[in-house]
Amino acid sequence: MLSSEGVFFLTGKDFKNAGAASSSLKGILEGMGIPAATIRRVAIAAFEAEMNTIIYAVAGMMNYFITPEMIKIRIQDMGPGIPDIDQAMKEGYSTAPDYIREMGFGSGMGLPNIKRNADALTVNSIVGEGTTVEFFINLTPCD
Amino acid sequence: MLLRDIRELLDAVVLAREQDMGMEIERAYCADLMSDVLAFSISNSLLITGLTNTQVIRTAEVATIKAIVFIQNKRPDILTISLADEKKIPLLVTNFSMFDTCGLLFEKGLRSCSDLEF
Repeated sequence: MLSSEGVFFLTGKDFKNAGAASSSLKGILEGMGIPAATIRRVAIAAFEAEMNTIIYAVAGMMNYFITPEMIKIRIQDMGPGIPDIDQAMKEGYSTAPDYIREMGFGSGMGLPNIKRNADALTVNSIVGEGTTVEFFINLTPCD
Repeated sequence: MLLRDIRELLDAVVLAREQDMGMEIERAYCADLMSDVLAFSISNSLLITGLTNTQVIRTAEVATIKAIVFIQNKRPDILTISLADEKKIPLLVTNFSMFDTCGLLFEKGLRSCSDLEF
């Protein structure tokens, strides 16, 4: 399998295109012959991170790095930042406004869902500057 | 259970991918919270929801949902239908409530995405 890397740019509040980057990433992974179960994990985690950027930030970018051993996704945003990351990692904790909940998101499952699907996750955030979410998914030999 | 049997049982209207009614459905998940769909559904299941925006289609795509049933005659807009068509995800709409939709399908043998045995 060849390696690949690239970037998608995300625009805050652009709900019409929310999810398009994760969809494109899914297509790239399918084209590389990665197993469907692994693609599903990557796509779900990437989609949650993408939605967080669209919901909370002014803008952001999603970088992906694919090697024969692993997939690394890094989402950096220019958003309000997360004051308490431990609290944000708890299922059900959310600061999303009602109109986001009406879209089916903002239920406090974003970061927990990323963690659930990733083999490793790091979240770094500076209040007033933005948040960087980076996760890895291993491509084991049996994959 | 075939998707065409689900259509008949729910007296549903097909909004997208009429040609896919021969598809086999073995599991179903119902929610209006898309993060719950992402967390708890399984691959190749049917999604039953009252939410009709484009995020439902995006969620279905990344969670590899096979088809979607909208309940209580809630109809998505043309952009959502077009996206579903592009992503090859059949859309159905029924007049039944969420509870009745799930009950009818359960009665006919369709089961949830959990491991519970009934």
